[in-house]
Amino acid sequence: MSPAPTAHVESVDFVMLYIVAISVILLIGITVTMIYFVFKFNRKKGHQPVDIHGNLLLEVVWIVIPTLLVLSMFYFGYTSYREYRIKPDNPLVVDVTARMWQFTFKYGNGKMTDTLYVPVNTAIDLEMKSMDVNHCLYIPAFRIKEDIIYGQTHHLYFTPKEVGDYDIACAEYCGLNHAKMYTKVKVINDDQFTKWYGGNWQPVKTEIPKE
Amino acid sequence: MANGTIAMTDLPVPKAEKSFFEQSTNKHSGILSWLLTTDHKRIGLMYMFGIISFFLVGAIIGLLMRLELLSPGGKIFSAQTYNSLFTLHGVIMIFLFIIPGIPAIFGNFFLPIQIGARDVAFPRLNLLSWYVYIVGAILALTSLFLPGGPIDTGWTFYIPYSVRSGSNVSLAIFAAFILGFSSILTGINFVTTTHRLRAPGMSFFKMPLFVWATYATAWIQIIATPVIAITILLVIIERAFGVGIFDPALGGDPVLYQHMFWIYSHPAVYIMILPAMGVVSEIIPTFARRTIFGYKQIAYSSLAIAFIGYLVWGHHMFSSGQSDTSNWIFSLLTFLVALPSGVKIFNWVATMYKGSIDPQPPFLWVMSFIVLFSIGGLTGLVLGALATDIHLTDTYFVVAHFHYVMFGGTGTIFIAAFHYWFPKMFGKMYNLKFAKIAVVTYFIGFNMLYFPKFIMGYLGMPRRYYDYLPMYTPYQRISTYGSWILVSTLFFIVGYFIHAYFRGKKATSNPWGGVTLEWHIPSPPPVENFKVIPVITHDPYDFSQLKEMKDE
Repeated sequence: MSPAPTAHVESVDFVMLYIVAISVILLIGITVTMIYFVFKFNRKKGHQPVDIHGNLLLEVVWIVIPTLLVLSMFYFGYTSYREYRIKPDNPLVVDVTARMWQFTFKYGNGKMTDTLYVPVNTAIDLEMKSMDVNHCLYIPAFRIKEDIIYGQTHHLYFTPKEVGDYDIACAEYCGLNHAKMYTKVKVINDDQFTKWYGGNWQPVKTEIPKE
Repeated sequence: MANGTIAMTDLPVPKAEKSFFEQSTNKHSGILSWLLTTDHKRIGLMYMFGIISFFLVGAIIGLLMRLELLSPGGKIFSAQTYNSLFTLHGVIMIFLFIIPGIPAIFGNFFLPIQIGARDVAFPRLNLLSWYVYIVGAILALTSLFLPGGPIDTGWTFYIPYSVRSGSNVSLAIFAAFILGFSSILTGINFVTTTHRLRAPGMSFFKMPLFVWATYATAWIQIIATPVIAITILLVIIERAFGVGIFDPALGGDPVLYQHMFWIYSHPAVYIMILPAMGVVSEIIPTFARRTIFGYKQIAYSSLAIAFIGYLVWGHHMFSSGQSDTSNWIFSLLTFLVALPSGVKIFNWVATMYKGSIDPQPPFLWVMSFIVLFSIGGLTGLVLGALATDIHLTDTYFVVAHFHYVMFGGTGTIFIAAFHYWFPKMFGKMYNLKFAKIAVVTYFIGFNMLYFPKFIMGYLGMPRRYYDYLPMYTPYQRISTYGSWILVSTLFFIVGYFIHAYFRGKKATSNPWGGVTLEWHIPSPPPVENFKVIPVITHDPYDFSQLKEMKDE
């Protein structure tokens, strides 16, 4: 396994693992119990069936325990999501324009590309708009996506911590060549990025005015 | 008749009572006696022909989609054709198969019988609903062949694309509008029937659970369906007259459309699954020959699902930019709606405990349902959690999840219901060995087809793509092979039922040893179901009646 490309990936994968682990236990439990009952209480064995109308304790238990389990799932899902939604301080802002069927990226100095280049270990703020219909910028490797609703501005934040190339896909159906609306995010180190960018790109730190 | 189960048994029953096939409710004979019938059983069968035909058409379209995805490169169909295929697959399966499916066929046929009634409350309205369904279906088919071409927006018809698309969007969604009325009328009929036509002694808590589930569903049909009708009309007005309601270019709000669409379409998911849960609660006690575990808990959980189901629509829109507050509230409610479904599964498995289980085909289909539906439900938890949903929404993971719930859940039970009630409906028995083979191949084909989609979804494969990156090829392959096994099984099932209808052995009036009212009357039932309306003294799943029934 290669290291997680962002911190958020680790947190999403943990939530996934947590829910799936509990689910697998429940699924196996249900299936095994059911099959066991079918053999154990098979009519061929000549059992007299017993009418059991219910069992209050059992019924309370199997409402309370699942409730606690799903509340914990909700909690982990929510906290991980909260972190991802927090707008980072001093991010590198890139304007994203989505249209049928490509993404265009525009940087502060006016540089435009159709592949997203970003420096490693820098917080990125994609400021996204659509020219025509709804799109959705999806970076599977980073476990994040955000719809780009026509007529609105949407933001997507991430901080890559591993150099590499990652796919960007459109995840909201947008017509004929929706399936071809792929591009890449190339995470490169600072020097390479400065060279590619052609100058200083460090976001200006906004000074908090003193009283 | 020690404790008077059914008054009918006191009367001399004539040997050759005419079945509803042989005796019509009107003066016509032949095809007209069907097309003008007000008999709930005949109307149920007329729905059956429509619904099964569309199910098979939808399945074949699904097969074609899988064929396209056998290899990367998009070699078989054009992108436009593929986009229309997945739209049609969704529209047909949802509006023409799975929403009407169980209520229209089995609800019509068995709801009146199970409460001891001779027909539904409004038999003519019932026939009208069938005609409305057929008109809707014809409009949907017409939209395929008119200039402009088949609709290509996906079954969700999201704005603004559905306003911009040059395909026949207006006619196709108008068809969905019409179909909605069929659903509303059926709902009104079932609610009234349940309230007004229960036999003497049948209190609400003596009703079979299939009646409970169909009743809860009927309320959703009545309350939720008008929302989609309004939404569709607004889209048509927007397309035809350029009035800005949803399209931002005209000053509208596309997210408003998504809200309105899901305010109907999420409760609609429960229209699809609740009747199936009702069927499961019928089949398990019959083959375990003991009463259901937690009758009231199951009945109430149907109502709970119907109610909370209205409040979770926003979980379809976690990535749409709605506020974080909306997102966490919808996420929390989504987890809560999962609980009553989970409770039902525990109740069903507990009903097998200390039973006398005879695993005949209907029971085997239910076992397969419990596994598939549990997988569908549990993966729903992954999608209910915000962090994981942001990653997985609009990917194959969602596609896999809802196919496990809708097809593995409702679809499997649709088939199970046929295996359970076919002898009652047609008076013939099918080949049990074939049916057992079909369960196994269905289960294998199903999991091959849909399980790889969970993995692809986690790896980042978006849905509604006619082509894909080469890294997904092995999974896509397995999925396509699975579709061949699954669709062949479906045709095999249709085949042995047709064979049974023409060549099958005569079925007795109670081949499985069930005790709900339909098993007290002949197979196939006579036109008026009951010679004398029964008086109910037993609980619905009281198998001590079986002994008395043998003497009937």
